[in-house]
Amino acid sequence: MADSGNAPKPSSSVKLVLLGEAAVGKSSLVLRFVNNDFQENKEPTIGAAFLTQKCNLPTRTIKFEIWDTAGQERFASLAPMYYRNAQAALVVYDLTKPTSLIKAKHWVAELQRQASPGIVIALVGNKLDLTNDGAGSGGEGEGAGADGEGDARKVTTEEAKTYAEEEGLLFFETSAKTGYNVTEVFTAIANAIPETSLKTARGTGASHAAARSEEQRVNLNGARDPNAKEGCAC
Amino acid sequence: MAPNKAEADTISTNNDTLIVAKTRATPSPSPPPPPLPPRRNISGDWSPKISAGFQSKPTTALSSIDISTLSFPDGTRGTFTTDSAKRIGSPLASGYATPRRASVAGDHTDSMSIMSFTPTLRPHGDLASLVAGSLNKKSRAWKLLRSQSETVIQPFENIGLGISGELEGFEREFVEIPDDLTDDIRLALWHSKMKHFMILSSAGKPIYSRHGDLSLINSSMGVVQTIISFYEGQKDPLLGFTAGDARFVVLTEGPLYFVAISRLGESDSQLRSQLEALYMQILSTLTLPTLKNIFVHRPSTDLRKPLEGTESLLSSLADSFTKGSPSALLGALECLKLRKSQRHSINNVFLKNRADKLLYGLIVAGGKLVSVIRPRKHSLHPSDLQLIFNMLFESGGIKAGGGESWIPLCLPAFNNRGYLYMYVSFFDNKSDGDDNPPSTTHSRSKSQSYSTPPIPEEPLEGEEVSSEASHPPQPQPSPPPSPPSEEEEIAIILISADKESFFALKEMRDKLASSLQKQGYLSLIRSACQQGRPKISTIFTSPQQETQLTHFLYKSRANVQFVMSSLEPFFSGPEPEKQIAKRKLMSVYHQLHASIHAKHSHLKVLHSVGEDSASLAWITPVFELYCVAGPNVSRAAMTMGANRVVQWAKKEEERLFIIGGGVF
Repeated sequence: MADSGNAPKPSSSVKLVLLGEAAVGKSSLVLRFVNNDFQENKEPTIGAAFLTQKCNLPTRTIKFEIWDTAGQERFASLAPMYYRNAQAALVVYDLTKPTSLIKAKHWVAELQRQASPGIVIALVGNKLDLTNDGAGSGGEGEGAGADGEGDARKVTTEEAKTYAEEEGLLFFETSAKTGYNVTEVFTAIANAIPETSLKTARGTGASHAAARSEEQRVNLNGARDPNAKEGCAC
Repeated sequence: MAPNKAEADTISTNNDTLIVAKTRATPSPSPPPPPLPPRRNISGDWSPKISAGFQSKPTTALSSIDISTLSFPDGTRGTFTTDSAKRIGSPLASGYATPRRASVAGDHTDSMSIMSFTPTLRPHGDLASLVAGSLNKKSRAWKLLRSQSETVIQPFENIGLGISGELEGFEREFVEIPDDLTDDIRLALWHSKMKHFMILSSAGKPIYSRHGDLSLINSSMGVVQTIISFYEGQKDPLLGFTAGDARFVVLTEGPLYFVAISRLGESDSQLRSQLEALYMQILSTLTLPTLKNIFVHRPSTDLRKPLEGTESLLSSLADSFTKGSPSALLGALECLKLRKSQRHSINNVFLKNRADKLLYGLIVAGGKLVSVIRPRKHSLHPSDLQLIFNMLFESGGIKAGGGESWIPLCLPAFNNRGYLYMYVSFFDNKSDGDDNPPSTTHSRSKSQSYSTPPIPEEPLEGEEVSSEASHPPQPQPSPPPSPPSEEEEIAIILISADKESFFALKEMRDKLASSLQKQGYLSLIRSACQQGRPKISTIFTSPQQETQLTHFLYKSRANVQFVMSSLEPFFSGPEPEKQIAKRKLMSVYHQLHASIHAKHSHLKVLHSVGEDSASLAWITPVFELYCVAGPNVSRAAMTMGANRVVQWAKKEEERLFIIGGGVF
């Protein structure tokens, strides 16, 4: 989906942050989105990882700059660094683990309190492949290793969906393992970003001048080079 | 409980063996130490004092020759001395004679040359001729026996025949204990592991165990805690004990107990330094003040929560010790061999692109250091680098995610009170296109999903350009997960004290990467990686230098770096033999290291012959050399080989080691 970036469509970059409890599958979602890959038993992220991926919409290209943060409690104090100035956030929970939804709600609240006012938040319930829905909808079912027959779902779609609607969040249930709904999440986010908050990629540095003091300073030091390159590389 | 094993201060003597006592002074050229009290004049009654059993094998240790002069092939002579003014001739005779101390004994330092000790030997010979000439007088029977034996027997040959001796079952060491068995079977599996590491709090809360989940072994942990705290209560801390064939070593750090249980024959101090590394890993996650705070406020805290997610780091560290890590053994780093001028240019490119916020910058390829830049005032401590290398190359967390990482970590040897921030980016090792941002390196992450050979230190086969492309993954029963092409992975690591400096460092990386790419250094580094470690055959080129050495480790003490020869072809058989052979090799090195560093041994050269290998350790203030050959290789041949390796290392010093690095 990110192959035909050479079209003269306007291109903009969007800073996106992933938040959520440890081991809900944040990195796996990103890995599926960026590399279309999945790793069983992926080791925990340490600190945060920065990745980029383009998303083609009919009218424009969105270049996601993704901050995939570590979910462990001890990294929580660093989170503001990553969601500051983010235009989008993916708050992820594990469909098979009710406490992870509670944690997700905390993140949503923190984002609404402290992140940029216009931030687009998507609530994502991951590991759909472990539920009966997953087996039906898109899962190959081969990886049901843990408990093949039973439905491991512990958080109902209604519960999460109701909450998402109350808070005005996008809502998806995904499986990073099967790939089900993963690109849809990112595409929906890309669509939900208000046109007005987008500037072309080459103007990124200036567009958020007020807020992005750190990045801007960096860009002033000569970011023209990498940006230009990114333009051609796609 | 006695902290030392008996062997730590005793050395056996053979008929033709004599240990010469000599103070192991530090090689520093600092002012002479204050005069020692008069010594007892040691005479012929020396040996009875030192006659208890030695580690495991008979040794033919030769003595305290302080080799400081070497001749090089070009005819020049290099002298490793620190202070020639201190060289005082002493009438100490050759290794056969009883050492007799001069009255000025206290002034002896390690810097004394061999000549000064051995006036009776050929005055200007180098070590090889010395040792070969005088100490290698073999009986005719021995010579006959040797001529009967096959010409070349490689060490550990019987592993190939399926005999792994005490390492029986080592290939299952890293297999996880399955959850779906009964507790009895799981416990039996747990008991069958040869090495365990456990961490628990002094209040008895389990924190970490390498094998088995904590619920399974809770009672064992409880026993361990009870034993340790009993001795703590007696104000007589428990340091170690032996039960059956397992050695238990305990390290207490504040509120934490670390326990190593090993049946692999390491010495107490080696096990203790492994435990210290685990402690450093915990500090690296939490910092010392945080760790203290946690336990000051609530001594019964479950530390597993704050450490969540670092189990894999602890485990990969533990496994590298279990497999046998030369780096951990020697407390030294391995560098990528490069021409001096090339390394210099890479340093310069690195320095030129330096971001203001940078504290340390490293280029690392396949776990070997390529280039370092650092502030003049600070150097990097090997134990800190060990933690970083473990995180990046041994445990999969960073690489697997793809993209660039921004990692808060504490480098305890640098400053255990605060965090630094580490930017890490891996180069795509398939294409040369480093103008792609690293986040789009598809091929790398794909290559990781192969489950090919588990040995990270394993160099590529032969001179093949890409092992994956040309060889199908080797068939093997149960490899621990590990990417195949680790040898080629190039990472840029940029460390800053400013947590907001990610984009500054990212920009530095981008500029650095494109300069390195443009000037061809990246492909240079890649091809240096692909060549792998130096092969014995390339060091011993001419026929008269032909050697029977199979493998060696050479540590440059001043640079705190080491070089080892390629494990090809002798240690590259099929699994699991390969892994066992490697462990055997490392066990030999551990024993050599333990013996030669034993507290009161004062050994300089140690030759040891065992059933399946012969080995030699040689220590001077400048270097430590350990080498291994087949069991029937003569001492003369080994010393010749050792000598040649030392000459080679001296000549290639600036290629093998990073001397100083780029300083700003």
